[in-house]
Amino acid sequence: MIVAEQKPLKEIIAMTSPFKKLLIVGCNECVTVCHAGGRKEVEQLAAALAMAAQKDGRPLEIKEVTLERCCDPEYIEQVRPFIDQYEAVLSCACSVGTQYFADTYPTKWALPALNTSFMGGSLAQGIWAERCAGCGNCILHETGGICPIARCSKRMLNGPCGGSTGGHCEVNPDIPCGWQLIWDRLVALGRTPDYAKIMAAKDWNTSRDGGPRKIVREDLTI
Amino acid sequence: MRLSYPANVLIIQIPCSGRIKTIHLLRALQYGADGVLVAGCREGECHFRTGNFRARCKVERVKEILDDLGLGADRVEMYNLSASMGPRFAEIAQEMTARIKELGPNPLRGPRPGENVAAALRPMVTQT
Repeated sequence: MIVAEQKPLKEIIAMTSPFKKLLIVGCNECVTVCHAGGRKEVEQLAAALAMAAQKDGRPLEIKEVTLERCCDPEYIEQVRPFIDQYEAVLSCACSVGTQYFADTYPTKWALPALNTSFMGGSLAQGIWAERCAGCGNCILHETGGICPIARCSKRMLNGPCGGSTGGHCEVNPDIPCGWQLIWDRLVALGRTPDYAKIMAAKDWNTSRDGGPRKIVREDLTI
Repeated sequence: MRLSYPANVLIIQIPCSGRIKTIHLLRALQYGADGVLVAGCREGECHFRTGNFRARCKVERVKEILDDLGLGADRVEMYNLSASMGPRFAEIAQEMTARIKELGPNPLRGPRPGENVAAALRPMVTQT
């Protein structure tokens, strides 16, 4: 899932203070699962912003709505009947959702309530970690199912580097060395000879180096 | 025991302190309560194992929000005591009331805050 976290409240208050009518929109997908922008978080943020406005003596009208998904035009359309009553949309979706609001409603301010962080999963309640960098050319079958792009700080294809100490990364001792994890997996799988294979330089055109990406599935388009 | 505690304390009963959600604490303050005291069971004695720890996490979160809003983190507090500790409850209610008096009234306070808070919160905490 896409993992995000709410921006500092003071930043959101500063961003929204010029507006008197605010539509706060949450998303039922990834940001609900990572407790950043679902219905509950929208409710809390709306209460906090209402309190901030009341304290400052500013009039503020808020409507809360949480859509099934904010990265799909059909759901973004659901706010069209009432969006004209509001000056701005405060999006509790990931930055994809915020941009969908900006694209769909060109005359409305689309404000981000979240910092969209990474693609990852949960390690335990309240803890999430990055697992995919979206490089566009998966090599997990060659690295024992551990991604060197997402989990090695240097994105090395033939690691580890000299900074790996006791299984930890030199960037931060709390980060496990991605290549140590790969080695441990290869040992567990009985595939240590695979480690000796030298990986060729990666073609980063499938990643961000090729510019913004798009996938077109002819069999699905109408 | 004939113990007394300040008459301005409004009690809202919940089945377990783990029932508390962040929004309940925010709503209480939004509707004009000067402070909120969460009384949960003693640590390690939760019938549902972690209810009181969860409540403490929520209280800490609300403290951060109140600090950001400039309302003062000390307006909410979590206390741990068992249901049989009547004297301790009276002591805590007095302690919290004294603290809130020092902080002054909630700037968001309107007329009849007690009635507003009760009307807003009681249905919320009984919702499934």
